[in-house]
Amino acid sequence: MAELKFIGGYPTYMREFIDVVNSTRSKRKDYTPPAMSPEAREKILNTYHPDYAPGGKRKISIGQNKGDIGPKEVVDLLEAYPLVEPGEIDLSHIDYDVDILIIGGGLAGTSAALLANDSGIPADKILLTNKLRHGDSNSTMAEGGTQSADRPGDSPVMHFIDTIGGGHYANKPEVVKALVEDAPFIMQWLLELGAMIDRESNGDFSERLAGGFSRKRLHYCRDYTGLEELRVIRDEFRNKGIGCIEYFPVIELLTDGEGRVTGAVLFNFETEEYKIVRAKATILSTGGFGRLHIRGFPTTNHYGATADGIVLAYRVSAKLRDTDTVQYHPTGAAYPQQIVGLLLTEKLRGAGAQPINKDGEAFVYPLEPRDVEASALIKECYVREKGIITPTGMRGVWLDTPLIELKNGEGTIEKEFPGMMRMFNRFDIDMRKDPVLVFPTLHYQNGGVETDLECKTNVEGLFVAGEVSGGVHGKNRLMGNSTLDCLVFGRRAGIYSAEYVKSVKNNRKLTMRHVKKYINMLKKARIKPERRAPILLPEYRGRAVLARMIDIF
Amino acid sequence: MKTKKKSVKTKKSMKTEKKSIMARIAESTKSVTTGVEEKDIKHWLTIYIMGKAYKVPAVLTIMQAMEYAGYKFLRSCGCRAGFCGACSTVYRKKGEYRLQTAMACQTRVEDGMYLVQIPFAPAEKVTYDIDKEDYSASVFLKYYPEIARCVSCNTCTKACPQDLEVMDYVQASLKGDFSSVAEDSFDCIQCGLCAIRCPAEIVHYNLAQLGRRMYGKYGMPEPEHLKKRLGEIKSAKFEKELRKLVNTRRKELEKIYTGRDMEKE
Ligand SMILES: Cc1cc2nc3c(=O)[nH]c(=O)nc-3n(C[C@H](O)[C@H](O)[C@H](O)COP(=O)(O)OP(=O)(O)OC[C@H]3O[C@@H](n4cnc5c(N)ncnc54)[C@H](O)[C@@H]3O)c2cc1C
Ligand code: FES
Repeated sequence: MAELKFIGGYPTYMREFIDVVNSTRSKRKDYTPPAMSPEAREKILNTYHPDYAPGGKRKISIGQNKGDIGPKEVVDLLEAYPLVEPGEIDLSHIDYDVDILIIGGGLAGTSAALLANDSGIPADKILLTNKLRHGDSNSTMAEGGTQSADRPGDSPVMHFIDTIGGGHYANKPEVVKALVEDAPFIMQWLLELGAMIDRESNGDFSERLAGGFSRKRLHYCRDYTGLEELRVIRDEFRNKGIGCIEYFPVIELLTDGEGRVTGAVLFNFETEEYKIVRAKATILSTGGFGRLHIRGFPTTNHYGATADGIVLAYRVSAKLRDTDTVQYHPTGAAYPQQIVGLLLTEKLRGAGAQPINKDGEAFVYPLEPRDVEASALIKECYVREKGIITPTGMRGVWLDTPLIELKNGEGTIEKEFPGMMRMFNRFDIDMRKDPVLVFPTLHYQNGGVETDLECKTNVEGLFVAGEVSGGVHGKNRLMGNSTLDCLVFGRRAGIYSAEYVKSVKNNRKLTMRHVKKYINMLKKARIKPERRAPILLPEYRGRAVLARMIDIF
Repeated sequence: MKTKKKSVKTKKSMKTEKKSIMARIAESTKSVTTGVEEKDIKHWLTIYIMGKAYKVPAVLTIMQAMEYAGYKFLRSCGCRAGFCGACSTVYRKKGEYRLQTAMACQTRVEDGMYLVQIPFAPAEKVTYDIDKEDYSASVFLKYYPEIARCVSCNTCTKACPQDLEVMDYVQASLKGDFSSVAEDSFDCIQCGLCAIRCPAEIVHYNLAQLGRRMYGKYGMPEPEHLKKRLGEIKSAKFEKELRKLVNTRRKELEKIYTGRDMEKE
């Protein structure tokens, strides 16, 4: 690495490969490789997708989903001891006594709070608690957009078909129906709240294609869609004065001892004290698990995406589903080192960018469903050996972004992808002129806690919405369906929990009996007591420091 | 007998091949902070975290470098990708007079950086009812009268890690120009560095939030096709077909899915 010379952010040896990409671009302008047949898709998935490659998973040995399989990293956390044991804390002093407790303020949790309030729950009877700041979440990072079938040539029926096919027919159909029917109402809601969704000059929404979709129905706000959606609903949340605390993760749910969820234990990150919440209903909206780095993959996810939600829910006997699949996004950054794993939105391919190998060839249809596209990239790099190797040894293929300008006119990238352009500019790369290097990255938790149309679970008092839930996306989520999922089911969780609360008396007990039971199960299964969860944050400190750390305070 | 043996063999070799791909991927994507031995790191530099010197690998961001040095973030770390504004950082390089700002997750470490993070910006946010607010030029001064104190020093613009023309949109707000406030501030990640640096004590990013919502609600044209679709759904136009699909078996769904027509780019 020592003597590498850089031109426009790339070392000279990578420049030579870029010249090859440049030389084939004009030929590729009007050529797109054909989409794969269902059989070809099946084959490439089975051979190269990290979910199907052996060695990454094992059986869950205790609890509701005993016998199901999941990624080892996730099962490890399900089979882990609590951070505090029953008896170690005082449950008799209640710090917050509310109607609705919401855990995690991404799009799902924040929408739930607003709709609960709209449905008659007073602002001071709702508490939203956040592990980090309100909004430090996967939601803020959604670049690409949100799906909604609202153009004349499109319909919720087609949205349904695309979603269920993309999910390999494992989705819960009635939940998908709600998703596609609510979608246009979500767009209306966002407009009423003042979200700046990109428009054509006549006022029509600008809409694009995305992987696995048969119609253009991806709505976006430049490439800051999640940021815009979240900051708008969060601003409304603040206008309403709804209760909110930050740097206060939930470390355990509480039950009445008879299976109902009645509250939670909070932990103040800074003072390390605990607080007790009693709630008539609890909405779990803690997002996903990218920071578990399943199979060693880098991730697109935010710092707090550590699977806390499924761990907490599993301990109160909530049922999970589709635990066996994980979404790898085909195009994470593979270069430069500083941003490895960060997302290059699929919308780039929707706007015409193609994956290109080191010979300058377009080797795959750019908008296959994500799992198929990711498998094709892995094959290209590790089997066909047609990837580029970075100075730190990572492999990737090019994403030919200058093609976007060629197809849509100069200035398109600056206008529609300012976030992406800024990210690469910070490392001296101009993606309008040069392609960028990509490789699949860990992106999304496909499965999760099973819910119904009202976001209820098999556990009374526990509602679930957003990425932590399972069923909407089956075994593979399509782009733009997740922010939609969070908005649709976040709102529903708010509405139906508000309705549920009316039937609940506020004298329910707070116990950790379920935790005691869980510990007994763990012991019986001979699980070692060292493993504890939820982990709350990933560990990124340097090895050398950790080896010399002493615990004094 | 013969065929059986053969099939066993191919199965086995397939397995080892797959395994090795995953192992090779994991090997090549090892994090420099947590996965690489010190002896394998060639390039180092020195940074000063709140004055203390630390030797860190040169290929890291400020955020990763602080972690390498042993800091576990509780605050000042959110998305790790330049979207949330949690990781505001102020630094000065050895021998330079300039005080600079950056997002720690999106900035390379440089030798001789003296840095500190700003995990929180104390700032006022007004509350308002967007449904009752008039779309009138005076709304900015009504809620954020301190904008009148702007001395056009441009410090906010210089502080902005997103390189937005912050002062320009504050000036536009004084004129009640919604579209400029909204468009110019659109890429704001609300990190708060502008507000921390402003001598006039303006809270630019909250002002901009108000402007964007007002513009989004009242200033942008309405999509007619959306209204039409809402009407169709309310009148249950798709209900029957959707109901049918909900009850359709997988084999049939597969046929419908693979046979559907695709819109072109
Ligand atoms: C980089 C990126 C790009 C994406 N792009 C798109 C896109 O273009 N379109 C699309 O539809 N989807 C996209 N997605 C997916 C989508 O953004 C997310 O799946 C979705 O926003 C998740 O929302 P959520 O509300 O369920 O969870 P989150 O937004 O992740 O919010 C969960 C919150 O809960 C907090 N939390 C976690 N544990 C605890 C705890 N123990 N106690 C308290 N709080 C806790 C977290 O810190 C976080 O703030 C993208 C995701 C990423 C990461
Ligand atoms: S951590 Fe979100 S912007 Fe840096």
